[in-house]
Amino acid sequence: MSFLLPLTFLLPLAGTLLLSLSRGRLGERASAAIGTASVGLSALATAALIAGYLEAPERQVVTLWTWVSVGDFQPTLGLALDGLSLTLLGVITGVGLLIHLFAAWYMRGESGITRFYAYMNLFVFSMVLLVLGDNLLLLFLGWEGVGLCSYLLIGYYYRTAANGWAAFKAFIVTRVGDVFLAIGLFLLFRELGTLNIAQLLERAPQLWAEGAPTVELAALLLLGGALGKSAQLPLHTWLADAMAGPTPVSALIHAATMVTAGVYLIARMHELFLLAPDVLLLTGVIGALTLLAAGFAALAQTDIKRVLAYSTMSQIGYMFLALGAGAFDAAIFHLMTHAFFKALLFLSAGAVIVSCHHEQDMRRLGGLWRKLPLAYAGFVVGGAALAALPLVTAGFYSKDEILWQALAAGHGGLLVAGLVGAFLTSIYTLRLIIKTFHGEAKSDNARHAEAGQGLAHGVPLIVLMVLSTFLGAWLTPPLAGVLPDPHEGSAGWHTALEIVASLVALGGLALAAWLFLRRRKWLAEQTSQGWGARLWRWWHHAWGFDTAYDRGLVRPYWRTVHALRSDRVDGLFGLVAIMVRMTHLGLSWTQTGKLRFYGLSMVGGATLVILVLALVR
Amino acid sequence: MTLVGLIVIPFLGGLLCWLAERRGDRLPRWIALGTMALELLLTLGVWLSHDFSLPSPGGEASTWAMEWRVPWIPRFGIEVHLALDGLSLVLIALTGFLGMLAVLCSWREIVRRVGFFHLNLLWILGGVVGVFLAIDLFLFFFFWEMMLVPMYFLIALWGHSGSEGRTRIRAATKFFIYTQASGLLMLVSILGLVFAHHAATGEYSFSYDALRDVTLSEPVAMWLMLGFFIAFAVKLPVVPLHGWLPDAHAQAPTAGSVDLAGILLKTAAYGMLRFALPFFPEASQAFAPVAMALGVVGIFYGAVLACGQNDIKRLVAYTSISHMGFVLIGIYAGTSLALQGVVMLMVAHAFSAAGLFILSGQLYERLHTRDMREMGGLWGRAGGLSGFTLCFVAASLGLPGTANFLGEFMVLFGSFSVAPWTVVIASGGLVLAAVYSLLLMQRVHFGPPKDSAPLADLDGREYGMLLGLLALVLLFGLYPQPLLDTTGAAMSEVQRLFGNTELLDATLTWEAS
Repeated sequence: MSFLLPLTFLLPLAGTLLLSLSRGRLGERASAAIGTASVGLSALATAALIAGYLEAPERQVVTLWTWVSVGDFQPTLGLALDGLSLTLLGVITGVGLLIHLFAAWYMRGESGITRFYAYMNLFVFSMVLLVLGDNLLLLFLGWEGVGLCSYLLIGYYYRTAANGWAAFKAFIVTRVGDVFLAIGLFLLFRELGTLNIAQLLERAPQLWAEGAPTVELAALLLLGGALGKSAQLPLHTWLADAMAGPTPVSALIHAATMVTAGVYLIARMHELFLLAPDVLLLTGVIGALTLLAAGFAALAQTDIKRVLAYSTMSQIGYMFLALGAGAFDAAIFHLMTHAFFKALLFLSAGAVIVSCHHEQDMRRLGGLWRKLPLAYAGFVVGGAALAALPLVTAGFYSKDEILWQALAAGHGGLLVAGLVGAFLTSIYTLRLIIKTFHGEAKSDNARHAEAGQGLAHGVPLIVLMVLSTFLGAWLTPPLAGVLPDPHEGSAGWHTALEIVASLVALGGLALAAWLFLRRRKWLAEQTSQGWGARLWRWWHHAWGFDTAYDRGLVRPYWRTVHALRSDRVDGLFGLVAIMVRMTHLGLSWTQTGKLRFYGLSMVGGATLVILVLALVR
Repeated sequence: MTLVGLIVIPFLGGLLCWLAERRGDRLPRWIALGTMALELLLTLGVWLSHDFSLPSPGGEASTWAMEWRVPWIPRFGIEVHLALDGLSLVLIALTGFLGMLAVLCSWREIVRRVGFFHLNLLWILGGVVGVFLAIDLFLFFFFWEMMLVPMYFLIALWGHSGSEGRTRIRAATKFFIYTQASGLLMLVSILGLVFAHHAATGEYSFSYDALRDVTLSEPVAMWLMLGFFIAFAVKLPVVPLHGWLPDAHAQAPTAGSVDLAGILLKTAAYGMLRFALPFFPEASQAFAPVAMALGVVGIFYGAVLACGQNDIKRLVAYTSISHMGFVLIGIYAGTSLALQGVVMLMVAHAFSAAGLFILSGQLYERLHTRDMREMGGLWGRAGGLSGFTLCFVAASLGLPGTANFLGEFMVLFGSFSVAPWTVVIASGGLVLAAVYSLLLMQRVHFGPPKDSAPLADLDGREYGMLLGLLALVLLFGLYPQPLLDTTGAAMSEVQRLFGNTELLDATLTWEAS
């Protein structure tokens, strides 16, 4: 069975190699077939692994070879499979397969399909390595690999310079986080002498007491890496711009898998974070702040994909909140259900966008629900799960678990933030659906919408719809023994919280329905003048982080670059050359060829020498 | 005799190329290619037939795998003394490989005086091999100076005139003056050592072992060490002594840039590892914080200036300065992990910089410009060229899986125990590495195309060169152990001589386990 584990990432890698070495000789269908088949086979291997694990839940370790061996520095290319990585593996290959399939429909007729699938397969390869790596260096390989693929796919439509810059921004901002992670690795290696995750987690409690400064610092550095990858405050600014990529990319990378890598990292290293209670609390607080900030920002977006992007940030904020409350399994559970319903929402958005001739501004959509029934159904089911509609949706169960754990752990503040966030979620979700699908069609693109056809379009949407309902919540990740058990609490309080959370979600929906259906004119007036307009703009620009970074970091950097670009230091050495030349000019001026001048200078020189000698004596 | 052969082959090959010039242009190219292939094969043969694994701890027996020694000028104790260990072997193999690439990438580019061009090219390589093999200091200095002359001609005769009024003659002269002046400092230091040895023993000697054991007073050791350091720092280059490099790179023909970045810069790191550290361990130890600080400055200065360039070859040249900052930090950190990382990074940078320079050359052949303002949107037009650029750019920004990642991270991991703050600051350079690397992609290959006509796709020769380089970058990035085992003994010797007792203990416990 051990050969199955490497297959999960070798197959996508084979897909990448095949596609990229084809030098453009493969057609659209062949590329899509190779790209999808490699992930499909990888998903099959994963299914076999899951079946095996459910039968005998044992940690599996496969070491391919020792990567580097210098002294204590012995990172291996070693894979470790346990309940946590298996859960992630299932999400990556399963949801990944559906999205690859959908992309065949979404991308038809575009140029460079081979390139698209090569990048997508490379992404799956890197992501699988990220979750399977049994040491932090291999995890880092996957971590940077997914970053590169994200960069390439955001900039996929390279002819528009803005897309390239969005990709650039995404890579650089996450790279800032990665540097923190790298320094964290240096620190952990120096202190514990290994990078193997199992050994690290075993040695850490022996070396450090709870709350020791070094362990807090190490956890803080890892958290820095997680914040960048998972688009949490203050390194969140790249995700909304990342929507420049093709929509299946947004579904796979910027919703279901890559952006949750930070959550995985913290869950994987949870023993370390439990030793650092302050950092763990900080994780929860950052999560809470992000979910609120992103929730408000989502209210004021006009682009379908940007609404979904801010919603993703907000939902990952929930996961960080759960991590901060010590509810690691709740975080992973929400990670899984979120992957289902957010992928569904993004794919449905993709269906709308292609059907409406690449129109994704909600102000020019509307009235689509009859024309695009499947996309509409996707939005309704996915939106319900996102808003955590009680009992029938997957999102309800996972979000409820997070809120309950926050309460049981005694984090009242986090709980309140979560409830407010849930209220906001309901509002922006319903706003999104109403603006896109109801009312009148507001542009020709929307009036002439053509519904998608074919299996590649339908199957992924329907499967994800099923997974987004309470049926998806029945898939319990096999996390027992890997992550700490959830907090216990009284069942009475739990029920009370469920009722409150349901009321909050329903209240939000009701408010949104009233605002966006009944009081549309009033709302438009309020948001177009005075304080309302200002608030709207502020939220629309997501609290102005971009502007602040631009003024505080980006522009000063470019000013430095321009000040230095002619290499002043080198210019300094140019002075030597200038001095030599001056001396040359000065001395050649003395070569006049006139005897009188030479005679005079000899006499003058001799006098000078005699004078000096006389004076020195 | 193999060692003599390694040096003589390129020189003879070069002469043959020159003689063959009258038979047309093709013959010199094939002779040059064959010569470097022979050089590479010979080196690989040596690698296979010798054991470079760790010497027994405390073994005072010869650390050289091969040695060749005859008197030259006995009166001054000057010998032709060649010796080879794992480090020199790796660098000579690198010279052979990049030499082949240099010949291949000039196949179309050089059309004037083809034979004489290859004479110069091969004589540079011969000089470099001499530098890597000579351990008599007089001989070392001889090769160190002699490799500059053909390089001067390469830039001055076959170079490109640069932007903003920079001429190739000026670049060549600048290169020559910088390196000559620094060579002079080294000569003074060498003579200082020799005289110190004479004062102590009454004999003149330029031999490696004899001069290494000279005891010097603290200030004298510091001054002599600085002489060596500055000579090597100019060549590495270390900011602020880097001024010759961007000009030389931008104006040199592609083959010249490949050799400069790939090999010539490595002679400096080699010199530090072979001479500066072992000869003056205490002085170097005292100087280490300054050297590491210079490394950090270099990382940031190179990166910031790379971002400001419009000439694509100047951009790559400044990235070299940035990467060499990591090398400098690793050398002066002096732990075995950092030193092994330095070797890794030298090899990796040779491949990635060579790749980027070859790509720049190919772009120039197609667009007749190196100005990035006139590029943009090449992705759809340039075929495989853009894809390869992406790969080498990824290597240059240190993406895991490439050898560059391992090199940089081994240096950083290895230095963290010695100088944590230096490492923390240097890590910031990783962000800037991403900035300049992706800036190149953005400005050259992304964005709206300036023209829709497709450019000529890569032919078999170009595709083969790039694929070969890329394969090596990935091979050493994922399976570096053969390389690390080859240099392991040499590097632990450096580490032993550099002599940080605390670190020595760590090594000994590791060797015992």
